[in-house]
Amino acid sequence: MRTFTKGGIHPPEDKLSADKPIEVLPLPAKVIIPLSQSLGAPSKLAVEKGDVVKVGQLIAKGEAFISSNVHASVSGKVTKIEEVMDASGYRRPAVLIDVEGDEWQEDIDRSDEIKMTITASPEEIIRRIYEMGVVGLGGATFPSHVKLRLPEGKKAEYLLINGVECEPYLTADHRVMLERGEEVVTGIRLLMHALKVEKAFIGIENNKPDAIAHLKELCSDTAGIEVIALKVKYPQGGEKQLIKAVTGRETPSGKLPLEVGCVVQNVGTALAVYEAVQKNKPLIDRIVTVTGKKLERPSNLKVRIGTPINELIAYCGGLPADTGKVIGGGPMMGKALYSIDVPVVKGTSGVLIMPGAESKRMAALNCIRCGRCVTVCPMGLEPILLAQLSENLLLERAEKERIMDCIECGSCQYTCPAGRPLLDFIRMGKNKTGIMIRNRGKK
Amino acid sequence: MNEIIIFAVISLTAIGVLSAVVLYFVAQKFKIIEDPRIDLVSEMLPGANCGGCGLAGCRAFAEQLVKSNDLAELNCPVGGAEVMKEVAAILGMEVEEKEPLIAVVRCNGSRINAAQKVIYDGATSCAFAHALGSGESGCPTGCLGLGDCVASCNFDAIYISAETGLPVVSEENCVACGACVKACPRNIIELRKKGKKDRRIFVSCVNTEKGGPARKNCQVACIGCGKCVKVCPFDAITLVNNLAYIDYDKCKLCRKCAPVCPTGAILEINFPLKKEKPADAGTEVENPVTA
Ligand code: SF4
Ligand code: SF4
Ligand code: SF4
Ligand code: SF4
Repeated sequence: MRTFTKGGIHPPEDKLSADKPIEVLPLPAKVIIPLSQSLGAPSKLAVEKGDVVKVGQLIAKGEAFISSNVHASVSGKVTKIEEVMDASGYRRPAVLIDVEGDEWQEDIDRSDEIKMTITASPEEIIRRIYEMGVVGLGGATFPSHVKLRLPEGKKAEYLLINGVECEPYLTADHRVMLERGEEVVTGIRLLMHALKVEKAFIGIENNKPDAIAHLKELCSDTAGIEVIALKVKYPQGGEKQLIKAVTGRETPSGKLPLEVGCVVQNVGTALAVYEAVQKNKPLIDRIVTVTGKKLERPSNLKVRIGTPINELIAYCGGLPADTGKVIGGGPMMGKALYSIDVPVVKGTSGVLIMPGAESKRMAALNCIRCGRCVTVCPMGLEPILLAQLSENLLLERAEKERIMDCIECGSCQYTCPAGRPLLDFIRMGKNKTGIMIRNRGKK
Repeated sequence: MNEIIIFAVISLTAIGVLSAVVLYFVAQKFKIIEDPRIDLVSEMLPGANCGGCGLAGCRAFAEQLVKSNDLAELNCPVGGAEVMKEVAAILGMEVEEKEPLIAVVRCNGSRINAAQKVIYDGATSCAFAHALGSGESGCPTGCLGLGDCVASCNFDAIYISAETGLPVVSEENCVACGACVKACPRNIIELRKKGKKDRRIFVSCVNTEKGGPARKNCQVACIGCGKCVKVCPFDAITLVNNLAYIDYDKCKLCRKCAPVCPTGAILEINFPLKKEKPADAGTEVENPVTA
């Protein structure tokens, strides 16, 4: 069975909510919609305080090349436009809406009918994806239309669909593949049409045999889409790892997947693309896994963007007494939240509640030079060296040691027997090196 | 036998003389004339190589000093006025005496004043913690207490107080080299005039949020109410982005501002206790870092 070759780890899977069907979370009383929800430049405000909005109405426009539109996820009145605390504890501009009823914009198709026939042209598909604010739902929130607009002279050969869900605990993509398979496949066909590629692969780890079987059956009469079962290994969901696992191609350092003829999209994104193009529905909700060992009812919920996270937790049985931290995303790449009042955003793939004992880090000891971090790094880096270079701000050297290639998967820190905060320092160093490189370009 | 020895001695001597002549001319041609004053000045400097002057070390500073026609912009904070005067004497120039500076920590968000809301157990580095989030008290501009400043100090002049979790600058040791100012990712440390009898008044806060949010995270935050600006008779205080700042060149240490601050964000250091308490002394907040 295929997988990527370099490094990788096998953390316990703990997929507690794998057999829980997607439930629709009741509408919250109010939502907080941050203006900047994707990578790239912040979007420009398009509503004012006091405006009455409908579901699907544009509230912020992404005007820069890398930025995306944001839409109202509920109907009601805009009560405030102010800076609200985000997951990192800093304040960022957001639109607050008090929910009144559930009135949608007329042009959104809310029927259950699944529209399989593709009528839109490639340009139209890409335009729709941009207008409807679709971003990568795997967690990185890269605006999808940017990935589909290939630069002059470049040609894509394969479309890779990421159904790996290699993060422990998370099951949202798994449920999407099982329950919304036909829509996902239509979404994939739309993406293939937009990219003008003949061949698409869906990569799924073999801990989800039901999803593999289901999608295989759905694709049996669609030419060009192939489901590939992959051996379980973290971080297989990384773009470059997935490309290596599925096609055997090695993406060169510092280059985009397009260099080896591939474009990677997540299954959740494929679903959003389907809804945007076929149903005219903006990205106003997403599937979120709410999970944790002490949580009463781990679930997969369909949630409107902007719903405060405490409502999700309350729906699943409330915050357990023994809670150490609440993580936005999965345990490997997610970030601990400052407060559970922060809203669900487009990039929230999961909410994980960790019990107190499990969430404590061990005290960092001295490096014992065991080399395990080097062995597990899927990018072939030397994490201990990069961490030291970052700590001492030797950025030029760090750049030479390919610090910018780090995908922040955390395998090194997870493995280190001395509990060294390797990724902490690498992240900082990466950030500073990035700034250094950008400034160099300006001169 | 003898002949061989004589021959060897003569030929080697000849080669030696020839080389010496060549070397002499080469040395003449590529001679570097170094100003002897550089060595002299270099000896005067403290040799701490701290970079406080803005150059790569004491030697580089000495070269700069000798090169310059005007010493106004150049200063060795470690050696202070004394050393600068001696240096000026060697160079036959005058220097204005610069008032000594000291590092001042503009945050009073101790555990008592700014309650801890979340626990941070990542890498012990202010720079990383700053990139990750707003800090344990939730204040996005407050001191993170992880000691990047302490690590940067070459003079053992700054340490983290176990009681408050905030850095404390030692009056004796600090030479105002500014290393900590550069190290702090939140721009909390400032070099201010040491002041007469070491007395200083400053706003101990760098939070630019509006009053409400600022106060929510920290009892002693500057809320930008502007009371101090109104009361200052010397126009020394300006209010920008909800934050008051006292210009130490204009401040006459009259002590009018501190009592009117409703949160106690203005600190007075090394003043004797006031004899008669002002009417609203009740609002004065005890500041653990002033001790
Ligand atoms: S976080 Fe970066 S350095 Fe560490 S294992 Fe992953 S890619 Fe390698
Ligand atoms: S895994 Fe940890 S202890 Fe081993 S070499 Fe890497 S940093 Fe050092
Ligand atoms: S406290 Fe700061 S300014 Fe003072 S000597 Fe130390 S690093 Fe230099
Ligand atoms: S003053 Fe700055 S560098 Fe020093 S501990 Fe506080 S945040 Fe860190």
